[in-house]
Amino acid sequence: MRRLILALVLLPSLAGAVGRPSEMLPDPAAEARAQSIGRELRCMVCQNQSIEDSEADLARDLRRLVRERVVAGDSDGAVVEWLHARYGDFVLLRPPFNWVTAPLWAMPVIVLGLGGLAVWRMRRRAAAGPAPLSDEERARLSALERES
Amino acid sequence: MSAGTVRRRALVWAPLGLMAAGGAGFWAMLRGMRDGSYDPRGVPSALIGRAAPGLALPPVEGTGLPPFPPEALLSPGGPVLVNFWASWCVPCVVEHPQLMALRRRGVRILGVNYKDKPADAARFLERHGNPFQALGADAEGRGGIEYGLYGVPETYLLDREGVVRWRWAGPMTPDTVSAELDVLLRRHA
Repeated sequence: MRRLILALVLLPSLAGAVGRPSEMLPDPAAEARAQSIGRELRCMVCQNQSIEDSEADLARDLRRLVRERVVAGDSDGAVVEWLHARYGDFVLLRPPFNWVTAPLWAMPVIVLGLGGLAVWRMRRRAAAGPAPLSDEERARLSALERES
Repeated sequence: MSAGTVRRRALVWAPLGLMAAGGAGFWAMLRGMRDGSYDPRGVPSALIGRAAPGLALPPVEGTGLPPFPPEALLSPGGPVLVNFWASWCVPCVVEHPQLMALRRRGVRILGVNYKDKPADAARFLERHGNPFQALGADAEGRGGIEYGLYGVPETYLLDREGVVRWRWAGPMTPDTVSAELDVLLRRHA
């Protein structure tokens, strides 16, 4: 029973918005282009879905707009830029590289670099072997040896 | 205590320190969310500081209000609010008294009736009062997309040159008006 409910809940999301025939362009090449553009654009109300994946009203409006632009002969870049001008960086699922997003993009490199540095330092220390005893330690050691 | 022992002690405390720092950050975020200074979903409008998109909208039949000409947005000659709303939108009912109060104070408000039925819009204004100087119908929601609209209600403040200075997504409360809008209205008057 629980599985059935789960299936019923998940089914509509699997069916997806993309395959709705009434929305699709008659020209398969243009439709494919529109879908590839739409997959790069964030649905602003559902945030973690692209407009191609979302059932939200706004996503549907944006899908229709993208298709109109494609039919009108705009390039992919022009369509994306058109929406970017209105909704800002947030509409792009792949954030652009600028000084605000630089830390975001650089983070993997920074973390990898820090990890590499730590590994390198640990290996160097292991290779150097244990440090020689200090005078104080040598005195303690000889005291211990005398006791036994 | 040798240097090695000190280091080992520091390593033991490091995760705890990290957790404490994270906790403090999280607490600051929660507090900011409660008093409204931090909004994790809030995204600044891409239009701020840019000329407002012109809209050529038909009138909303039955309201008796004139539609606004595109010039009304291009060079308003003084601060003007552009308010996107709909009769089916519950937060718009919450916001309405603030719009009415602004209108009584002489603030010009241009209404955009978003994806609505004209008869419903007219009934809404009849029941709650009309704060709009002019009203256009955005039946398809195209005008909304021109402004980067997320949903209704949403309000934009244009200065006298028609440059977007402020955007409020969601219903304006009396606090919104007194804390943010009043200052901006005075500055751009």
